[in-house]
Amino acid sequence: MREAQAKMQLEINGKPTEVGDDAEMPLLWALRDIVGLKGTKFGCGIAACGACTVHIDGEPVRSCQMPIGEVSGAVTTIEALGTLENLSILQQAWIDEQVPQCGYCQSGQLMAASALLRDKPKPTDADIDEAMTNLCRCGTYPRIRAAIKLAASKMGA
Amino acid sequence: MNIRKIARRTFLIGATAIAGGLAVGYYYVRKPYPNPLEDELSEGEVTFNPYVKIAPDNTITIITARAEMGQGVQTTLAAMVAEELDVTLDQIKVEHGPADWTYFNSAMMEDASPFPFLDESFIVEVTRSMMPPIAKLLGIQATGGSSSMKDGYDKMRQSGCAARLLLIAAASQELGIDAAGLKTENGSIIDPTSGQSITYGELAAKAATLEPPSKLVLRKKSDWKLLGKSQRRTDIPAKVTGQPIYGIDVDLPEMIYGTVKMSPRFGANAIFHDDKAALAVPGVTAVIPLETPAGSGFGIIAENTWAAFKGAEALEVKWGEADHPPEDEGIYALFDKALSSTPHNIMRNDGNAETVFADAPREVILSAEYRVPWLAHACMEPMNATARWKDGVLDIWAPNQAPTLIQMTVSGLVGVASEDVNVHITTLGGGFGRRLEMDFVQYAVEMAKHTEGKPIKVTWTREEDTSHDAYRPAAKTKLRALLNPGTIPTALDIHLATPSIIKSFMGRTFPMLSPAGPDRTMVDGLFDQPYTIENYRVSTSKVDVNIPVGFWRSVGASHTAYVHECFLDEIAEKSEMDPLAMRLELAKEYPAALGVLNKVAEMCVWDNNFAKNSTRGRGLALSLSFGTWVAEVVQVNATEDGIVIENVWCATEIGEALDPDNIKAQMMSGIVFGLSAAMGQEITFSDGMVEQQNFDGFDVMRMHQCPTIEVEILETYHKMGGAGEPGTPPAAPALANAIYAATGKRIRALPLSSETDFA
Ligand code: FES
Ligand code: FES
Repeated sequence: MREAQAKMQLEINGKPTEVGDDAEMPLLWALRDIVGLKGTKFGCGIAACGACTVHIDGEPVRSCQMPIGEVSGAVTTIEALGTLENLSILQQAWIDEQVPQCGYCQSGQLMAASALLRDKPKPTDADIDEAMTNLCRCGTYPRIRAAIKLAASKMGA
Repeated sequence: MNIRKIARRTFLIGATAIAGGLAVGYYYVRKPYPNPLEDELSEGEVTFNPYVKIAPDNTITIITARAEMGQGVQTTLAAMVAEELDVTLDQIKVEHGPADWTYFNSAMMEDASPFPFLDESFIVEVTRSMMPPIAKLLGIQATGGSSSMKDGYDKMRQSGCAARLLLIAAASQELGIDAAGLKTENGSIIDPTSGQSITYGELAAKAATLEPPSKLVLRKKSDWKLLGKSQRRTDIPAKVTGQPIYGIDVDLPEMIYGTVKMSPRFGANAIFHDDKAALAVPGVTAVIPLETPAGSGFGIIAENTWAAFKGAEALEVKWGEADHPPEDEGIYALFDKALSSTPHNIMRNDGNAETVFADAPREVILSAEYRVPWLAHACMEPMNATARWKDGVLDIWAPNQAPTLIQMTVSGLVGVASEDVNVHITTLGGGFGRRLEMDFVQYAVEMAKHTEGKPIKVTWTREEDTSHDAYRPAAKTKLRALLNPGTIPTALDIHLATPSIIKSFMGRTFPMLSPAGPDRTMVDGLFDQPYTIENYRVSTSKVDVNIPVGFWRSVGASHTAYVHECFLDEIAEKSEMDPLAMRLELAKEYPAALGVLNKVAEMCVWDNNFAKNSTRGRGLALSLSFGTWVAEVVQVNATEDGIVIENVWCATEIGEALDPDNIKAQMMSGIVFGLSAAMGQEITFSDGMVEQQNFDGFDVMRMHQCPTIEVEILETYHKMGGAGEPGTPPAAPALANAIYAATGKRIRALPLSSETDFA
């Protein structure tokens, strides 16, 4: 058995939350296995796919490569982007364009897209190419692109 | 299933809920399957057949019983029931339902026995039949082969219809009005004269006690409200809000975590191991050896997934030698050897290719050799499964394509009957054929024997997933054609060497069976194409190499289409024919093929002189797979940064489009899947091990590389085809043909990145 160590706390989706005692544990696994927020997905563990994208102080971060000991700001996950009862414009656009297939990459895609739209409310195709580097094995890219544009037009409206 | 359970279910079926029986015809009336939903009802809920449950509050649940891995299957299957039940999709809940023999892919099952695999005649069929034995295997409850729509088309609609008729009959008794005078609308029964209305929920309990209808009349196509029209997928809201619906999200009381470290050399065991360092990792509680037909290695048990991963990394192991040549060179030499000897099987033999080639002058013979690599599935959700072995009951939660196969193959690991294995199917973060395999479930079950009844969730690292797949087989193909300047060739002779998927799959899934004979999956997409050539021969040789191979999106056609369609373009060029004109001539006996060729030509405005002397080029390919005819044109631009794939046009003949938008999504997905592989994917071996480990070595097309994709659907053919796979096969050859058109470089080996760069 391990010795009890001080439990660490992070601000997650607006609430101070205990994330265990292992400062080296990637934020991804603390979110999933310790906090129980499972919307953030494990895809590769080496920052190559983006399935684990969350925001730290609003910036998109690949949480599989972010030890909790190094998290220096407020964490936002897909669970705080909107809920079934209260969808964000972006999530609604994802539904309107019928984007997800298996859906496994989509939490990360949505988190990347919401950061993009905050920085660039009217993204060009080139902006989308540059910001949306997350992998989608189901090949939903054309619909992701369409949904980002739809959301941009709704947000501007 | 114990006797009491059988007795109770049979009684209930006999007494009440036989509507589903009628739904699939005579057999069920004679000898009904128990309705598995009887065990799953909540308070007050009743079930009419294995596909419909209705609760008093009018919650209508439709059981789709096919795995949702992104293909939208659950929405369309639910729409089939909803169409006949006369409800809309937002009025219903959709569930996968339990693993149960009731949900056989009945289109493929002639024998209704729940245990067909123990039937001697079945085994004989497996070993000797010309048909792929896997067709029978998939006759169990399984999702694959783009078969779900064909399988569900009648039985889902009939079960909705049967339930609706029972509800009307109940309303008729309740209201004292003749059933013929009643209407259904939005989940209620309405008496148009009095304006009275009763919900299905209010009538459900009574309806379930009535005699099932003796005649089912399904809605005419022209009256369809849902089918044939694009629906909003029922699974999407959960997927945009991060709901914990996947296997990897399973969370149970007392659950512990684990991962595996399996031998990186196939067929090898550990010859030495030391678990001291692994056990020293905080949170790691045990390291146990794993030996299953699928693989040999270790399970690491821990307090969380991260600790398990670190434990696996720290575990010191020396592995034995692989039982195949350790390097690619030696492996591909086995393919060359197979190609240089007499073919094992001749799968198509029109005319007399042997003689015409023997008699032909050399200068009219065109020969080529093509090669395709092994490929990993790389599902977005890494392999995982959760198992609990407690009080003699085994529970499994897994994203899986073949739940009844799990029951059969893991029950022996703990020594229970297969019906005592409860398989809970989660949403799948991708499948593509990978989740027809049993390895990830078997390892979890073995590990669950060491957790004192606590559930254990076993998650693989991406590295473990990439390097322990059942790969799309590599293949080498020799082709020769007898040219006929200005027109189609007189002869085409193809010899393909590749490992047998069936043999590999059966070996690790049913080690006691040994299938022999031809394996159709080796030549699917090659020997069955809609072309007429006077002398046309397709032969195969099995390559015996102990690298696990499996079903990869579009299976045989995933590589045979590349070879066939690229070689046709080579023939066209040498014969001075336009690639489209030549295919139109070759396919002239098949109107459906002509339909998609002409359609795609119209969509892109095909012109053989397109962009001559520019950096752009277009390539065309046609493939018939899973009953669906697909023609694709790819346009590339050879820029200074490399090849840019600009456009894909796709025309698909599917016979009957039950949900056009979803079919388009599936074609788009299949195209990206095929392009990804053609561009850069390959699995290679060195030192007896797979070299690629993660997405850095086995990448997938990204947003900036993704072309504009246009899809059009045709519905003229008399049979309905599949949607999940047929988009993939033409993508690689259309791309390779386009690169040739743009650059003059004919690439006869995949991935194309070995000979060209992509931007
Ligand atoms: S899991 Fe973090 S980028 Fe892939
Ligand atoms: S929707 Fe399946 S990986 Fe993106």
